[in-house]
Amino acid sequence: MTAAIARAWQSDFVWSFRHSPLAVVSFFVVLVLISGAVFAPLIASHDPFDPATLNLMNGFSEPMKPNAFTGEVFWLGTDDQGRDVYSTILYGMRISLFVGLSAVLFAMVLGVTLGLVAGYVGGWTGTVIMRIADVQLTFPAILVAMLIFGIAKGFTPVHLRDQMAIWVLILAIGLSDWVQFARVVRGATLVEKNKEYVQAARLAGRSAGGIMLRHILPNVMSPVLVIATISLALAIIVEATLSFLGVGAPPTQPSLGTLIRIGQGFLFSGEWWILLFPAATLLALALSVNLLGDWLRDVLNPRLR
Amino acid sequence: MLAYVIRRVFQSVVVLLVVGLVAFSMFRFVGDPIENMLGQERTGADIQRLRTQLGLDRPFPVQYYRFLANAVQGDFGVSYRQGRPVASIIAERLPATLELAAVSGVMAIVVGVALGVFTAIRRDGMAAHTIMTLSLIGVSLPTFLIGILLIYLFSVELNWLPSFGRGDVVQIGWWRTGFLTESGLKALILPSITLGLYQMTLIMRLVRSEMLEVLRQDYIRFARARGLSDRVVHFRHALKNTLVPVITITGLQLGSIIAFAIITETVFQWPGVGLLFINAIQFVDIPVMASYLMLISVMFVGINLIVDLLYFAIDPRLRAERGTAEA
Amino acid sequence: MAEPVLSVRDLRVEIPTRHAVLCPVDGVTLDIAASQILGVVGESGAGKSMTGNAAIGLLDPPARIAGGEIVLNGKRIDNLSRERMRRIRGKEIGMVFQDPLTSLNPLLPIGEQLTETILEHLPLSRREAEQRALNALEEVGIPGAADRLDSYPHQFSGGMRQRVVIALALCAEPSLVIADEPTTALDVSVQAQIIALLKRLCRERGTAVMLITHDMGVIAEAADRVAVMYAGRLAELGTVREVLTAPSHPYTVGLMASTPLAAKGRKRLIQIPGSMPRLDKLPSGCAFHPRCPKVADRCRTDPGPTREACGGRAACWFAEQAA
Repeated sequence: MTAAIARAWQSDFVWSFRHSPLAVVSFFVVLVLISGAVFAPLIASHDPFDPATLNLMNGFSEPMKPNAFTGEVFWLGTDDQGRDVYSTILYGMRISLFVGLSAVLFAMVLGVTLGLVAGYVGGWTGTVIMRIADVQLTFPAILVAMLIFGIAKGFTPVHLRDQMAIWVLILAIGLSDWVQFARVVRGATLVEKNKEYVQAARLAGRSAGGIMLRHILPNVMSPVLVIATISLALAIIVEATLSFLGVGAPPTQPSLGTLIRIGQGFLFSGEWWILLFPAATLLALALSVNLLGDWLRDVLNPRLR
Repeated sequence: MLAYVIRRVFQSVVVLLVVGLVAFSMFRFVGDPIENMLGQERTGADIQRLRTQLGLDRPFPVQYYRFLANAVQGDFGVSYRQGRPVASIIAERLPATLELAAVSGVMAIVVGVALGVFTAIRRDGMAAHTIMTLSLIGVSLPTFLIGILLIYLFSVELNWLPSFGRGDVVQIGWWRTGFLTESGLKALILPSITLGLYQMTLIMRLVRSEMLEVLRQDYIRFARARGLSDRVVHFRHALKNTLVPVITITGLQLGSIIAFAIITETVFQWPGVGLLFINAIQFVDIPVMASYLMLISVMFVGINLIVDLLYFAIDPRLRAERGTAEA
Repeated sequence: MAEPVLSVRDLRVEIPTRHAVLCPVDGVTLDIAASQILGVVGESGAGKSMTGNAAIGLLDPPARIAGGEIVLNGKRIDNLSRERMRRIRGKEIGMVFQDPLTSLNPLLPIGEQLTETILEHLPLSRREAEQRALNALEEVGIPGAADRLDSYPHQFSGGMRQRVVIALALCAEPSLVIADEPTTALDVSVQAQIIALLKRLCRERGTAVMLITHDMGVIAEAADRVAVMYAGRLAELGTVREVLTAPSHPYTVGLMASTPLAAKGRKRLIQIPGSMPRLDKLPSGCAFHPRCPKVADRCRTDPGPTREACGGRAACWFAEQAA
């Protein structure tokens, strides 16, 4: 076991990581932020979105200064409802990361499946799938996500809209992102399809689904994983943007984007901390994930080797 | 050449028809248009009358055709939220978006190309490295965050520039412009930087990498071997060859400026079609959503088409291979 | 004897790398007189192109001239400023590269490319320059030259393109032309034409030519004298007749034995065992000694005998004293 770790430590991949200060720093930042989100219930002072824990008198406290009424000190201040900003950030990140990860997972499953089918089965089905992909690609992903969100919202009964918002958001972002997975997988499938092990499996009488799943899939996964990592960075930003615009996570279950939207309302009245800290957190998250993604892309790019 | 043009135009029309179908389906199936338009107190007779008026009792293809026919003539239905024809709402707000997009686009291209060429020619200087690092940040930051930071810095702290709205506008015929007033121009500054920054960094990095690639080519070496000056080599030979692939990608990017305007308009409360679209989504105002979709599609598809044809016209090598190249 | 057009003395080019300083050209000395074609021959990596690039001042950094001198028409040129060297390029030294397709800017008509070069170096009006460009095309044998001034490079065949490249190299009337593998990228049938063209034009104008190639056939066809390079050093230098029929340096001997044209009569081509060493793994003493059939102890330790030290035309302890 230790021998395996030692070998991995010496590998090119880890070497270039250790020698790239940006990558190391970004990695740690991401790690800290993710831990914050995961362990939020443990390290937050309270669940800011549970109304029972709120004390309105705590509202508008400045960071690190004792509150005029209750004397409590909040590290990052509180918002208008008395919510501890530090806690809202932690819980907000949970939503941001949850939506981002789920959306990418969804896009990956959908895209890979469609890509496998389009590549292996080909014919009319394949052409239709790829044409749809092409049409969708003419438009920026954010626009597609917004549209899908709007349409799905139209189908949801009004009283359920806030609750369903997160799931609709995941659906929207996922649907806007499947195309790149499908394209890559289709290309790889077309290549694998003609190889001997596939012919052998066919002769052995395996079903098309079985072949696609157990034989071809493992061989086309590596570029998929690269795309997934980079997609994650984008998904987080898309989610933040949508939530900021008001067509994403609602104030009852806010993500970092929603928090920024709320904070913007207080910018001119002087409570700068309600905006600044969530914004800074999103900044750190977006930058680090992007830098990591950039570094990953460079390292895994076969042309630069 | 002609065959290629015809094929591209045909493809564009197909895409538009598909989008039209999506838009139409939205109209037809999302929510109940009757309910949305008539509100609570309605009689059976009202419903029936509206149904016939909207043609909802006709078969699907007929409705689709009528929808398209109306759209082409500029009739996009009536907004659920405002009760006014969508077409006039859009016409009111379009100039705001177009002015913003134009200023951002021009800024992005001019600054982007200039910086790209500079960082390619002087690639080892301090300035180049600094610019490249800053550009990495420009690409990673979400647009709305940039907008907010700019507002914080220039409006709240320094109080130099306005943080929302268009300032005073002057009406010229059907168009309302902000170019002719001081407050209008001031109001344009922060939003256009916000909108154009992402595009600018993309263009800059693209121009730089293309130019570096071109400068490695043999014909550049040969030009130097003939004793041509740096200025001639860089601007006559290298730049021309760099711009050819840059134009395609840039053109496509510019189309998306119109879409990204949605974000900027929201941050700055800029009264354009982007803000209109967001409000429409929040209120599930289907006619506005669908119309915006169609408008955007026409723009995108149109720009894609023009860029493709432009590329064809510029690169003499493509003209020889009659339309066999894939975009 | 008239002064040579190009005179290279003890040229040394270095490339500093992370691990060591590589030396792709070491102690090269040669002369080229007017109207004379000097072939520079050797395997890939022997330093031939580097020598040519050094002469015209187009070494890619971090490669740089670290020693020796290059004299053109009596004036030193290896220590000139960038700007002054630029003015010499094209005007006094012309260069022809290997691949005519990539040598020409695909987006500019060739008439333009000719005119701009002429205008850069000769004080002519645009009209006059265009006329010159037309003449240049006609001289290199492009049929219907007047119509082809507006054509783009991709509209020419490979051989025609190389003619255009030659026209470009000669249009400002340089006294020296460096041709780096000018026929390697061309069809065999076209190679002979290009060689003949180069020979004719240079004889007519009295231009000196450095013809760099790995193809002995081209040397035999075109060159008056030939320099053989090995691992960055000059192995042998003499007239084509001497070197091809009676080589002195063991490497040249081996080279001739492995070339179809010189082997005449022999049934099998003999290969030199081993391969040319990499620049970062140069043997001590004579660079060829690990592969040399005549190797002696002296060859291993002495830091490479130069041609002059041997008193002959080959850099080998065993070469006979040649005139």
